[in-house]
Order: sequence, then structure tokens, then C-alpha cells
Amino acid sequence: MAKEIKLLGTWASPFSHRIELALKLKGLQFHYLEEDLSNKSQLLLQSNPVHRKIPVLIHNGNPISESLVIMEYIDETWQHQNPLLPKDPYARAVARFWAKFIDEKVLWTAFKAYNDKGKEQEDAIEEFSQQLKFLEGELKGKEYFGGERFGFVDIAAFFILQFLTVLQEVKEAELMTEEKYPVLFEWMEKLQGNEVVAGCLPPREKHVAYVRARRAAAEEAASKTKAA
Amino acid sequence: MANELILLDTWVSPFGMRVRIALREKGIKFEYKEEDLTNKSDLLLKMNPIHKKIPVLIHNGKPVRESGIIVQYVDEVWHDKAPLLPSEPYPRAQARFWADFVDKKIYDTGRKIWTTKGDEQKSATEEFIGYLKTLEAELGAKPYFGGEKLGYVDVTMIPFYSWFHAYEVSGNFSIESNCPKLMAWAKRCMQHESVSKTLPDPKKVYEFILQLKKRLGIE
Repeated sequence: MAKEIKLLGTWASPFSHRIELALKLKGLQFHYLEEDLSNKSQLLLQSNPVHRKIPVLIHNGNPISESLVIMEYIDETWQHQNPLLPKDPYARAVARFWAKFIDEKVLWTAFKAYNDKGKEQEDAIEEFSQQLKFLEGELKGKEYFGGERFGFVDIAAFFILQFLTVLQEVKEAELMTEEKYPVLFEWMEKLQGNEVVAGCLPPREKHVAYVRARRAAAEEAASKTKAA
Repeated sequence: MANELILLDTWVSPFGMRVRIALREKGIKFEYKEEDLTNKSDLLLKMNPIHKKIPVLIHNGKPVRESGIIVQYVDEVWHDKAPLLPSEPYPRAQARFWADFVDKKIYDTGRKIWTTKGDEQKSATEEFIGYLKTLEAELGAKPYFGGEKLGYVDVTMIPFYSWFHAYEVSGNFSIESNCPKLMAWAKRCMQHESVSKTLPDPKKVYEFILQLKKRLGIE
């Protein structure tokens, strides 16, 4: 049974964590394969020739790529346990909107807000703050983005925001604070306190050390390019 | 229940075209409102405060935003008329993957072709052709990405056909000679009234780009 579902992922990737959680919530047994992104496996290259990225889900030999696409696939294939998306088409459209917002806007703006310099960074900080306010607005008055139970948007958002707190620690910044975003922080704590969710997160110190090393390498490469 | 549908859109937007094609394929009546993006209406700003973008489909007063999400919404609500997504999870996942590919690659790279020059433009043109070839490979011998019928990926990609002429003239290259299969697919799609009625005249799109470049101060 375990052989039927394979997940190609990496321990540090929030996109990978999303799929781990989705599979666990559905009570599914799966075979997890840790990828070395500096030396991608044949299986990864064959399963996702277009993007060559993780996560990839392989179900009965059929590969699916792109984390939000994978999540919808999991939800549609194993419908009965812990539905991730609501049934109502309008509510589904809203959920998809917020997940897309996080992936296409929040994450990239946050990177700029934490990593850039000068005016570009200032603008990004302003935009990131606005985006977090929008997220708070959507969450306010609810237990989770999904309502009474956590679902698609919570899974999509949690690991990304969690990752951003790691990046924030590395950069010694204070863009996301409990004072500024109490609703978001309360929601994050609730999810961190959930055993299944927490089980998908790597140990914090390990994650911080990894992101620190990656940032240092990226900054060194950038300064070499400038000097050249 | 009366179904009131208002689409906030612009004639030239490939994203808006996706929604119009989907609605027309399903024979659904809607009210079209042309937005002036240099002077956005209060309605648009109210219905899409986060992105302030079109298209927005307002269904009985409730806004649905993001073209791919709108098309999926329309497909789910009017699921018995001309279904666009396959019924089985795996082919659905494949359709979503390829629509996502189109979203991530085609518009942005296409935009580089008409906004840049020299080496940057040449590189964008090569990248663009590469993506079209990837799509051709995915199409294979099928008449449509959706198989025998127009599907989600077809609806997602076909609007860009009206922009091809603008890309070709800007970048001085031929899409036909590089990707004949894709052009054959595009012409096949154009035989559908939902598509031919929606896509604007490519020459008008090119004129639009020239105007836009002037406005943006791009030479």
C-alpha cells in the first residue's frame, strides 16, 4: 500500500510540508523520498521534466507536480476524510484565491522585504505589511481560514508564514510581529499546537541554520556578480 | 433564482477572454462591462480591492477573481453544460498543471518581447518559442489539449493567439514557422464561435501595444 504513494520532497521546503500534511490528514500511508536539489534524482527529472522541482506526488506511477495542484488532487481522490476544500463552488473560488495570493504575491514580496536593499526593500516592506493585513482581515472572526476546521488555505498559508518567521529570525528583522498581527499569530500558534501539523515541521534550529547558510551563500554569490 | 452575471473586463485582456470563452461555450448570458484601467471604476475597486484587476465575475452580487479561478467556478456551477475540466482527478490535475504552466510562462515572457530590445528581446523570444514548443509536445496528436473537445487548457491558452501577431512584429520572428502544430491547434479553436466571437483582431492588439508603449514611455 505504501508503495502506491510516493512524495518527492525536501525537509526544508514549505511546499513539501504542505503535501506531507495533506497526506497525513487523509490518513494515507506514503513513501517519502528526500531529494538533494543539487543532485536531482532520475525519478524527479522524469516525473517533473517541465519544472524539475519538488514536491512531486507519484500515485500508482502517475506523477503530479505543483503543490496546490497536488493538494486538489489529493482532496479529489480521497474525498471522504478531512475534506480540504469546501463543497460550495463560491467558497472554493474564495479558497483558491487566497492560496494563489499567498503563492504569487505574499511569498515573493516577503523575500524582497527581507532580502532587498534601499527603495525596493522599503516598497516591499510596505506591500508585505498590506498583504498581511489582508490576510488578517480574511481570518478575523474565524477559527481558521477554512472556518471551523482548518483546510486548503490554512495548509497553504501556514507553512509559508512559518518559513517566513524563520527567514525573519535569520535576517534579524521584525516585519511580522504578534503586536502588529495578533490574529495571524494566534492562528499560527493554534496550528503549531496541532500534533499532525507540527509533525510536518523540521526542528526550528535546524531550519534556521539551513536558511542562514543559504542566505549567506546567496549574498556571497550576489556580491561576486557585482564585483565581476 | 435569477442568475445575474456581470463581467468586469477589457477587450484586449487574454485573461478576460478566458472567462468570456468559458461563458459562451456554456451558453451563459452575462453583462459585459468594459473597464478603463487608467481610471478604474468604483465597482472594480470594491469587488477586487486586493489586486484591483480584471477580470472579475460578479455572480448575484458576489465577486469571483483571478481568471483561472473564475473559469473553474463557472465550470463547477454550470457543470452540465460543455464541461471544461475532465471528470477524473488525474486528468484534472494534469489540466491544472498545464494551465498553471501557461499562467507562469506565456504572459510574462510575451511581455518581455514587446517591452525590450536587442539581446534581452532576443532572449525573451527564444524563451517564448521554447515554451510554445513545450506546449506543442503536450498537445501531441490530440486535436485539443482537452482531448476531443475544447477544455480548460485550451481556454487558458487560446486568448494569447490574438496577441501572437503583436509578439511576432515586435520580436521579428514567426510563430507559424517555429510552431506549426500550435498554430493548427489555434485555428481549430477559432472555428468555435465562443472563441472567434471573443478574440479581438490581432492587428488591433498590435495597435494597442504600440499605444501602451507610448504611454509607458517605452521606445
